Amino acid sequence: MVPVSYYFALSAILFALGALGVLIRRNAIIIFMSVELMLNAANLLFVAFARMYEALQGQIYVFFVIAVAAAEVAVGLAIIVAIFRTKKSIDIDEMSSLKG
Amino acid sequence: MDAFNLVPWIILFPVIGLVLNAAIGRRIGERGSALIAIAASAGSLVISVMQYLALSAHPEGAVVYLADWIGIGALNVPWAFRVDTLSVTMMLVVSGVGTLIHIYAAGYMHFDVRYKEDPGSYARFFVYLNLFIAAMMILVSGDSYLTLFVGWEGVGLCSYLLIGFWYQRNPDGNKGIMNSLAAKKAMLVNRIGDFGFLLAVFMIFWAFGSLNFDEVLPHAETVAPWVIMFITLAMLLGVTGKSAQLPLYVWLPDAMAGPTPVSALIHAATMVTAGVYLVARSAPLFAAVPAAQTTVAFVGALTAFFAATIAVGQYDIKKVLAYSTISQLGFMVAAVGMGAFVAGMFHLVTHAFFKALLFLGSGSVILALERAHHVQETLSNPKHKKKGHTHFDPQDMRVMGGLRKPIRLTFWVYTIGALGLAGIPPLAGFFSKDEILADAWIENPLVFLLLIAAAFLTAFYVGRQLLLVFFGSPRSQPADKAVESPAIITIPLIALAALVVIGGLINLPGWHPFTNWLAHTLGEELAEPTEFNFFVALLATVFALIAFYLAWIFYGRTPLAEKQVDPLKQRLGRVFTGMENKWWVDEFYAWLIVRPYKRFAGFLADTIDWKFLHDWVHDSAVVNTFRWFARFLANPVDLGVIDGIANGLAKSATGLARGLSFFQTGFVRNYALVTFLGVVIMLGYLVFSS
Repeated sequence: MVPVSYYFALSAILFALGALGVLIRRNAIIIFMSVELMLNAANLLFVAFARMYEALQGQIYVFFVIAVAAAEVAVGLAIIVAIFRTKKSIDIDEMSSLKG
Repeated sequence: MDAFNLVPWIILFPVIGLVLNAAIGRRIGERGSALIAIAASAGSLVISVMQYLALSAHPEGAVVYLADWIGIGALNVPWAFRVDTLSVTMMLVVSGVGTLIHIYAAGYMHFDVRYKEDPGSYARFFVYLNLFIAAMMILVSGDSYLTLFVGWEGVGLCSYLLIGFWYQRNPDGNKGIMNSLAAKKAMLVNRIGDFGFLLAVFMIFWAFGSLNFDEVLPHAETVAPWVIMFITLAMLLGVTGKSAQLPLYVWLPDAMAGPTPVSALIHAATMVTAGVYLVARSAPLFAAVPAAQTTVAFVGALTAFFAATIAVGQYDIKKVLAYSTISQLGFMVAAVGMGAFVAGMFHLVTHAFFKALLFLGSGSVILALERAHHVQETLSNPKHKKKGHTHFDPQDMRVMGGLRKPIRLTFWVYTIGALGLAGIPPLAGFFSKDEILADAWIENPLVFLLLIAAAFLTAFYVGRQLLLVFFGSPRSQPADKAVESPAIITIPLIALAALVVIGGLINLPGWHPFTNWLAHTLGEELAEPTEFNFFVALLATVFALIAFYLAWIFYGRTPLAEKQVDPLKQRLGRVFTGMENKWWVDEFYAWLIVRPYKRFAGFLADTIDWKFLHDWVHDSAVVNTFRWFARFLANPVDLGVIDGIANGLAKSATGLARGLSFFQTGFVRNYALVTFLGVVIMLGYLVFSS
């Protein structure tokens, strides 16, 4: 049986990768994927803890997170499509017209 | 006793009358408005007679409380009516003579408003006349000095309104402002007197703590004599104003500018006697200080003599009567000053009869001439091309003469009035004047001398007037064509003539019903019956007859011809010029008071107000200070401080915004990094702080 600490490590690595992706990449789709990565890092941690404590709540949270992430992706992709239609680009650095 | 409770109606009737006339008088025509006014006055008369009858049964009288009026601290003045023998005497005179004069005025004003070309004023006249009756009733029926003062001022107002009744004209009928000036003069001169009266009222309250007669008069002995002295002398000033005594008499001759019924009612029979009533009402106060009494007596006696001398030199028929009124008021004031309160009141009553008769008679004479003049003008100028009349003064005795025949009835009643005034027995004036003279004979020889001299002059100017007006031959065309006045005018004259004939009965020597009547109010010691002094009566009568004879020598033996100088002037020279010009008293007052006052007013207006206050204080000092202050507020305060604060706030806001906008890069990744770092820091804090 794989020790729980492995899951922690994997989750931390995934989260770090996701955060790095959000901060570094300029492609909106990639950023979204990175966000998903972070969410799934959190999900992994949830289920890991759920098994460790043999409690079902962690798994239930994961379902909620997946559902919310799906909804978020739907909204987010719609926004990205709308932006793409006007700007012909999904480089988020070009979407900086609200700067002071 | 129920009749006493009706006493408020003596005021309410005239008030109702005046309100009706003021509201609908112009619409209901002359007949209607005259009827309302006469009914109102007659209503007062009926109530007064009822008071008289009730008093005969209960001579102690009553105080009829109507309402609370003033209650401030210790001052408590109810609106109450005092029904006693003194006030009812005045009520009867005011409403009796007043009603007769109302009837007379209904006829007289019919012509007057037409000759003055203002028929709409008919109702206005009766509004004023009823207002006067109401005010006079307040004066005589009030139970306190303050209610008396209300009436006092009220009759003063009516006097002013009625003197200036033809305010757009001069006394001679032409357009001008002399009537208004006369009204103003009456008002202003009376103000001086009223000031004295007010001082007396204040002093009474200060000394007695009350203004009600019942709480003042019986306690005269308890107050320091100098206080009473002050009160009575201040009151005397009021009397000299209202009752036209020296030195404030000057308004009364000018008051003849009012229509003749007004001269009869207000400026002869009733209002001007208010001063005498006031002294009689305050009899206990005056009795307490003999020095004040002597002053009053001398003021009266001097006025009686002084005014009589002026009356001798007048040509205006009403001016003679005006000075005669002043002179007779002097008799009354002298009488009440000598403590002969009954004699003064008696003379007041009889004088109301014969002087009202004389004034109304003179009105009838004036009207006769005016009507004749009017007819003559219309005949000579039928198409009325010329507006108004040619100049003709119907009051000038020099244009009269020979009126005995055309206006026979007026002549007879006028003669009765004149003989009454001159004190020929057995007419009313003889008894009352004789009572005053008999009192003076006992009390004060100097006053007696002045009064008997005045009586002598009275008979002389009365004879002169009778001879100038009615005898000889007409000295002008209107006098030749004079027409007798209608019955509505002559009937009041006849009634008054009857009163003059029988008026002496009310205080017949040896019987003294009037003395006993007033004794109920004044008390026995203040209303002692005067013994009939046969010597004094004979002396006065002989003097009067001598005066008549002298008048006949000057004016009767060879009647005055047209445009002839007064024969007395040739004999008396300068003295007559003095009489003619009223001893230049008006000019003296103008020199002593009016002109310095005007100069002072001019100084105040030009120098103090205009040059100092306006030019310097306002235009220079205040304006410059204000400008400097405004500039100070505008520049350093507003621009510097206020704007500085506002602009500084705005500047700091934009500066802050500019600084903060540095963080607003617009790059989502920036924000994400900041959020990330923030989360790291917070987590780090949470992990490491515990």
